[in-house]
Amino acid sequence: MSGDLTRLTAHAMAVGLRAGDFTAEELATAHLDAIEAEDRALGAWLAVDRTEVLVQAHAADATLDLARRVGPAMSATLHPLHGVPVALKDLVSVRGGRCTAGSRILAGYTSPYDAHITERLRAVGAVILGKTNMDEFAMGSSTEHSAYGPTSNPWDLDRVPGGSSGGSAAAVAAYHAPVAIGTDTGGSVRQPASLCGIVGMKPTYGRVSRYGVVAFASSLDQVGPLARDARDAAALLHAVAGRDDRDSTSAPIPVPDGLLSLPDSDDEAAAGIRGLRLGLPREYFVAGMEPGTEARIREAVTLLEAAGATVEEVSLPHTDYGIAAYYIVASAEASANLARYDGIRFGLARRGGDVLEDYLATRGEGFGPEAKRRIMLGTYALSAGYYDAFYGKAQKVRTLIKADFDAVWAAGVDAIVAPTSPSVAWRLGAKLDDPVAMYLTDVCTLPVNMAGLPGASIPAGLSDGLPVGLQLIGRPWSELELLRLARGFEGITAGAPWRGVEPPGLAALRSASSPRPADRAAALGAGDR
Amino acid sequence: MPSLSRDDVEHVAHLARLGLTADEIGRLQDQLNHIVEQYAKLAELDTDAIAPTAQTIELENILRDDEPRPSLPASAVLDNAPETRDGRLVVPAIIGGD
Repeated sequence: MSGDLTRLTAHAMAVGLRAGDFTAEELATAHLDAIEAEDRALGAWLAVDRTEVLVQAHAADATLDLARRVGPAMSATLHPLHGVPVALKDLVSVRGGRCTAGSRILAGYTSPYDAHITERLRAVGAVILGKTNMDEFAMGSSTEHSAYGPTSNPWDLDRVPGGSSGGSAAAVAAYHAPVAIGTDTGGSVRQPASLCGIVGMKPTYGRVSRYGVVAFASSLDQVGPLARDARDAAALLHAVAGRDDRDSTSAPIPVPDGLLSLPDSDDEAAAGIRGLRLGLPREYFVAGMEPGTEARIREAVTLLEAAGATVEEVSLPHTDYGIAAYYIVASAEASANLARYDGIRFGLARRGGDVLEDYLATRGEGFGPEAKRRIMLGTYALSAGYYDAFYGKAQKVRTLIKADFDAVWAAGVDAIVAPTSPSVAWRLGAKLDDPVAMYLTDVCTLPVNMAGLPGASIPAGLSDGLPVGLQLIGRPWSELELLRLARGFEGITAGAPWRGVEPPGLAALRSASSPRPADRAAALGAGDR
Repeated sequence: MPSLSRDDVEHVAHLARLGLTADEIGRLQDQLNHIVEQYAKLAELDTDAIAPTAQTIELENILRDDEPRPSLPASAVLDNAPETRDGRLVVPAIIGGD
């Protein structure tokens, strides 16, 4: 039955594992086989170690066997992700494994330790399946800035999966993994979730430890789950969230166990929407938004109202300033974080004759075009004479962006509903030579990082056959409420025709003659800058 | 808003310790100027009375007891280094002389 196992949700896998319908080994093997057969044409994975995966699966099976002998009391103590395969974005450290962050500069690097979230996943008995493709150092919105080639979108293999967690999103949408870890600095979990038609959440800043996760912009980075439904996203968040002494920005705030008991029943989930006050920010319907995207978001609002929510228009007046402020803050922090790649302690090393030439040669060869742009932007914004005009100004605008959200919460709004991305997935190469056009795609997601808030993207239908994501934004620490709302939206749309549509690219993935993503990009004229 | 000359781009690349080709410098000059033009929008806002935000969650300083704890074994760390000798990293000379 291994062909069918990949189609299950993680919560269905949990039931089957406990009942003995299949083993963690069978589950892992089904996913490994799918990756082996299909990833040539998808390009979602950077590293998969079958032997190591099966060792983890056998350990999970041993515990499941024991639990079946001991009885239901022990089964009840197992986490829902016990024995379930999980994909990790290739910037999460796994001891003894590679961790490239999508960069050539880390090509030969081996992680000497586990990230906190890796330890947590091991502790709950999850099976780490492998590492997924990403934009270099998580800088990008299309996964085309990976040093290891692009990833295709399972809905149309000629299109991008979004980014920077595009490998994780494509892997989940293509049934290569039921759930995946991503990171989100300006939209890098939510936007690929939107473009690939799955659920993704950026938790509140501080909810998940960043220890052992390669840093991009430290005041914005947050680890988040990607999954095919709200319950699975909630279970993965539950597994990795919580205080860790090794990340002093991880918050000592309890992680609600309610994340593991989102309603099974669609009706019960839908009933949770009744009485909610939702805000619709007028500034998020930006100029240039695709009509099909806007139509799906407006329809979602109508459905939420019909389910008993009140939806009122709200204003986030500084939205328009978000992109400029974000690209100053994020690039400045990135230029500081990426200073560590010096060719001396780890990573690529090139010798140039003296210490300065060593740095220039190592960093000039090791970083790709987008990382270089961000390092240059950040160094410039922090350099003498420009600090106040750029970085100081952007931090003040960050205060105004956060205050916009605070005013909405103070008015009694429970959550904000908005588009995740102004457009559906675009063709490979379409924005690659225009950085500003690429940056504009994050207009609806990056204010949420600037304000440190939790945000989710959930599927809300199709436009021209491509997925549209509905973004849900909440108060700090309201992940459970947002995921309940996400589950409620699943409840009210359970019978919608688009719910049953499979990504049309899946069939082509199985064809041995299907081109690799890099060949598709080349055929579309996608050039490097 | 200031714009970056080719010299400015070379200066910033030097500050960032980035070795760039002549082509890259030319391309980056155009791209950086185009991006920095977008920053001009922020000048529309009067922020004289606004405090900067560096950190969004309201956490006090978090302290821990200063107790020795095991760290990674040196070998696990040195295994990633391009050059080691006698359990230490080899670094390029930064002071002249032999």
